[in-house]
Amino acid sequence: MSGIQIHNLVKQWDEVRAVDDVSFEVPQGSLTVLLGPSGCGKSTILRMIAGLEDASDGEILIDGNDVTREDPSRRGVSMVFQSYALFPHLSVRENILFGLKVRRVPVAEQEKRLLEAAELVGLAHLLDRKPANLSGGQRQRVALSRTIVSNQPVCLMDEPLSNLDAKLRAEMRDEICALQRKLSLTMVYVTHDQIEAMSMADQVVLLKGGQVEQVGTPTDLYEAPQTTFAASFLGMPPMNVIPLDQISGGEALQGGLPQARPDWLLGIRPEQIRIAENGIPVEVTAADYMGAETVLRLQHGKQVVMARVHGRPPADVGDKLRIAWAADDIHLFDENGARRGGPDTAVSQPAL
Amino acid sequence: MHLSRDTMRHVHGWLLLTPAAVLLVSFTHYPTIATVINSFFSKGNSVRPSRFIGIDNYQAMTQDPIFWKVLVNNMWFAVGTIPTSIALAIIMALLVNRAMPGRSFVRMAYFTPTILPMIAVANIWLFFYSPDIGLIDQITSWFGISGHNWLGDPDTVLSAIIVMTVWKEAGFFMIFYLAALQHIPPELGEAAKLEGASRWYYFRRVLFPLLMPTSLFVLINAVLNSFKLVDHLFVLTKGGPDNASNLLLYYIFENAFSYFDTNYAATLTVVLLGLLAIMALAQFFVLDRRIHYR
Repeated sequence: MSGIQIHNLVKQWDEVRAVDDVSFEVPQGSLTVLLGPSGCGKSTILRMIAGLEDASDGEILIDGNDVTREDPSRRGVSMVFQSYALFPHLSVRENILFGLKVRRVPVAEQEKRLLEAAELVGLAHLLDRKPANLSGGQRQRVALSRTIVSNQPVCLMDEPLSNLDAKLRAEMRDEICALQRKLSLTMVYVTHDQIEAMSMADQVVLLKGGQVEQVGTPTDLYEAPQTTFAASFLGMPPMNVIPLDQISGGEALQGGLPQARPDWLLGIRPEQIRIAENGIPVEVTAADYMGAETVLRLQHGKQVVMARVHGRPPADVGDKLRIAWAADDIHLFDENGARRGGPDTAVSQPAL
Repeated sequence: MHLSRDTMRHVHGWLLLTPAAVLLVSFTHYPTIATVINSFFSKGNSVRPSRFIGIDNYQAMTQDPIFWKVLVNNMWFAVGTIPTSIALAIIMALLVNRAMPGRSFVRMAYFTPTILPMIAVANIWLFFYSPDIGLIDQITSWFGISGHNWLGDPDTVLSAIIVMTVWKEAGFFMIFYLAALQHIPPELGEAAKLEGASRWYYFRRVLFPLLMPTSLFVLINAVLNSFKLVDHLFVLTKGGPDNASNLLLYYIFENAFSYFDTNYAATLTVVLLGLLAIMALAQFFVLDRRIHYR
C-alpha cells in the first residue's frame, strides 16, 4: 500500500487534545487538503507527518512503512512552510541546494537538478539573488524548488499561499497543482481557505476541534455535507441552516422528506433559493451587488436567510419578497447536526 | 525683528541638538584634543613650567621598557579573553535558548557576573586565588597538589586575570547572542532538520552566519573592554609582580595619578586611542562586508 495512512492519530498538549483520534488516507499521487478553521489541528497533523512534532498516540504510515517514530529526514517527505523558511544569508542557488549538500548528492547531479527545478518554476535568472531581493511569489517558487530538487515522493505544504496577494494566489494555486501532477507527488496541503481546498484537492479532510468532520472529494463536501459544520463552512455565502421550527414546516419542506422532525434543521444553498409568487415571506435587509450575481440577506421572523441570484438586485432593501426552493435541493440534519437526508445521500468514496 | 520661517527651522534644529552636542564636546571631543595637545608638552612643576617639547614624549615612550611590556601583556590579554569569552557566550546562549526546566534560573545565573560590582567581583576572586587558604588551593590540596601563589607568580598572574575576565564577560555577551537567536525563525531549523542536517551543520551553515552582526558588535565590545580594564587590576595585583599583569590603561592611570606625569599619560592615551580607532575601523570595514544583515 503506497501513499500516506494515518491511524488514530492523537496530539496531547498538557490538558488540550489538539488532535483527537484522526484517521484518513492519502492515495499515492493525489492532493489531499486538510481544511478547517484556525486551531482545528490541521497544521499539527501536518507537522506530525513531517516528524517535527511527536505523535502522542496513533501511527503514521508512508509507503506502507510505519514512520511514527522515524527521523524527519528519513521519512521521504519535503515541506513548504508558510513563511517559506528560506535562509536569508544564502543565495537562491544555495537555498535550493541546501538539502542536497546535506545529503551529499554528487555535485554534477546537484547542478542538474537545480537547473531543472529553476527552469520548471521560472527562477533560472534569479539564482544569485538573496531572498530579501525577491518578491513574495519568487520566494514561494524558491521554496517549491527545494521540494522539487529533493526528489521526495511526499510533499507537505503548510498554508503556502497565505502570504501572497489574491491575484498571485490564484496563479500559484494552478502552478502547484500542475507541479503536483507533473511530478506525481503525494501532497498534503493545509489551508483554511475553502477556495484553495475546492479548486485544488482530490480529497478534502475537513477538521473541527481536532477531529475529522468529513472526508471526501470537493463535490462530496459541497453537495452532501455530512454535518451542519461542513454545510456552513463551505460556500460563499455558506449553506443556510435553518431550524425547522423557525419556518412553518410544510412550506419549507415543499412536501418532501417525510422523516423530518420539528426539532431538526433544514439546509439550503443560497444559489438554490428562488424568488416566487407563493412561498415564505421575507424582508430584504441587505443586497450586495457583485456584478455577475447579487447576494441577498433576507429576514424571516428572527431567521436570516442568504440567497444568491443572477445579475442585478431584484429588490431594494426593505422590500418584501416571497422565496421558495425545490424539495430535491433540501438537506436535512437532525438535532445533533448529522445529515439525515437530502440530494445524493450516497456519498462517493475517493478512489484509492 | 522678524525671522524667516527657514531661519527659525534651523534655529529649532540647533536647539534640539544642543544638549547632546554639549555633552559630546565637553566629555569626548575636548578631552581628546586636549590629550593630544598635552602629549606634546613636558611634565611641569613649580620650578619648571610645562613647555612645548614636540615629540620628545613619544621618543621617551619608545624607549620605555614598561610601555612595551604592558603593550605585549595587553595583546596576550586580548588573545586570551576575546575568543574564549565569545565562544562561551555562544555556547551558553544556545544552551539556554532551548526549552528546559529552570531555564530562567540558568539565564540569570549566567548573567549574574555582569550585574555584580567590579570591585566586589575582584575581591571574590582575590579569595579564590589566595595562596593556601584560597578556594583553588584548597581544592587542589585534596589531590595532594601544594599551594601556589597564583597572583604572586609572574608566570600565572596574567592567566589568572584572563580567567576571571572571561568569567565576567561571557555572561554579558550571552545576552546579546540570546536576543539574536530569538530573532531567528524556528522554521529554518525545521527545514534543515527535514533535510537531515546535523546540529553542527545547521550551526555552521545557518546559525553562525546569521549571528555575525551580533558577533561583530560583541567583538568590538570585547576589544574595547580588553583595553579598558583597570578596576580588577587595582584590587587584585596593582599591575604586579614586576608589571607582569600591568595593562595599558592601568599604566596610564599609574602615570597620571601615582607619578603625576600627566603629559606622559596623555602620550600613552593617544597611543591607546589610536590603537582602538584602528581596530574599530578594521572591524567595520573588513568584517562588515562579509556579514549578512537582515
